[in-house]
Amino acid sequence: MKASLEQHLSSLQNATTLEDLQGVTEALRDHYKTSHVVYHWVNSIGERFGAGTYSPEWVDRYLEKDYLRLDPVIFGCFQRFTPVIWKELDWSSKPARAMLQDAMDHGLGNQGYTIPIRGPAGQFALFTLNTQAEDQDWHAFIDANARDLMILAHELNKKALEFEQWGDAATTPMLSPRELSAMTYLAKGMNRAQAAAEMTISEHTLRVYIESARHKLGALNTTHAVARALATGVIIV
Amino acid sequence: MLRYLYANDLCRFPLLRDTMFRDRAEQFSKRLGWAVTVNDAGEERDEYDAMNPLYVIWEMADGRHGGSMRFLPTVGQTMVNDHFSHLTGGVTIESPLIWECTRFCLSPNADRRASAALALGAGELMSAFKLKHYVGVFDPRMERIYRLMGLEPEVIGTDGEGREKIGVGLWSMNDDAFAPTLKRVGVNRDVSRSWLRYSLAGKPMPDLGDSFAETA
Repeated sequence: MKASLEQHLSSLQNATTLEDLQGVTEALRDHYKTSHVVYHWVNSIGERFGAGTYSPEWVDRYLEKDYLRLDPVIFGCFQRFTPVIWKELDWSSKPARAMLQDAMDHGLGNQGYTIPIRGPAGQFALFTLNTQAEDQDWHAFIDANARDLMILAHELNKKALEFEQWGDAATTPMLSPRELSAMTYLAKGMNRAQAAAEMTISEHTLRVYIESARHKLGALNTTHAVARALATGVIIV
Repeated sequence: MLRYLYANDLCRFPLLRDTMFRDRAEQFSKRLGWAVTVNDAGEERDEYDAMNPLYVIWEMADGRHGGSMRFLPTVGQTMVNDHFSHLTGGVTIESPLIWECTRFCLSPNADRRASAALALGAGELMSAFKLKHYVGVFDPRMERIYRLMGLEPEVIGTDGEGREKIGVGLWSMNDDAFAPTLKRVGVNRDVSRSWLRYSLAGKPMPDLGDSFAETA
């Protein structure tokens, strides 16, 4: 399971077009066995882009009905950075409940999870999983996958920003000397206690450096981060 | 009760908001003597308050601020990365799983549950969003208070001397820390979790949870 998620992450990092991103959302939907995976973003000048598995009928319907104005998911995510489980949002208004029914009539499931991301200069994005499930199963799914989903959301956003020419993923990630040392010691086979001792820092500090390096390298976990650091030539052992 | 409020939700709680920013002025400007900006209304705010951070606020029975802290994810602008990277070994700490915690503040009128409640709030956020670490800027003179709360920072760097001294620290909270903290706040885990859930959803707490919290 992990191995294939790494592959999806890698296709995402290699994406050069919106069609590639579309392919990634479809692969993630199949990987997680959910009904839908959607990533959309609004750039710093207010233009909207998206990739995802919602039917074109539902996307058109959403726009035609102007659901953006009443969608509790949008209210629960706008200008925030904490993910939301859809059922925990306020669906008490009649229009909101009607929208959810309409969504389900268009092939959406009853459960959703959306991660909001705030990028630079007003850019923002939403990464959503939607499916049909019982409450307890959905909570268990989120509990088990929240970290990976957060990582995927941010990798999708790095790609979106690259498309916006905010950054360039083709360049190697910028790690500070301390992060490079941490990754190098791990790549040499040291455990965290040894690496921390070598660097004369605490293990907790080392774990923070490793987590920061993991994010910059676009990796899912520490092992993957070491592999990516070696593969991209960021470190040499 | 604990409230988890983004800056743009504070307008729904004017008394709580105003007393928080005034207590911050009291603590950071008057008591600790930090070079912070205090406006004509006697409120301390900085540029990070304008970035729609998430506040964890202990609201006392009279609706006033008892204590608070402020969170921002390190993938955006943070105080540590903007001003204190010389205290983090030159590392720009950056991950959606590491949040920055700043402006830890206790009201001079704080009730005895306030500091434990803030520790609980930090723990609930870490647990709910599967965070790995908090990194924060703090005044070393506050270390004793953190220790009493069971929230001792691991200091990764300090700068300056005496009143000017400032530290960057790391915090994390494991599941074992919940039981004693919950006991000191006088609520069970379900109530604590619903404080988070209802706050973020902007929904009123159901009666059950509130009555338990107030009688505990």
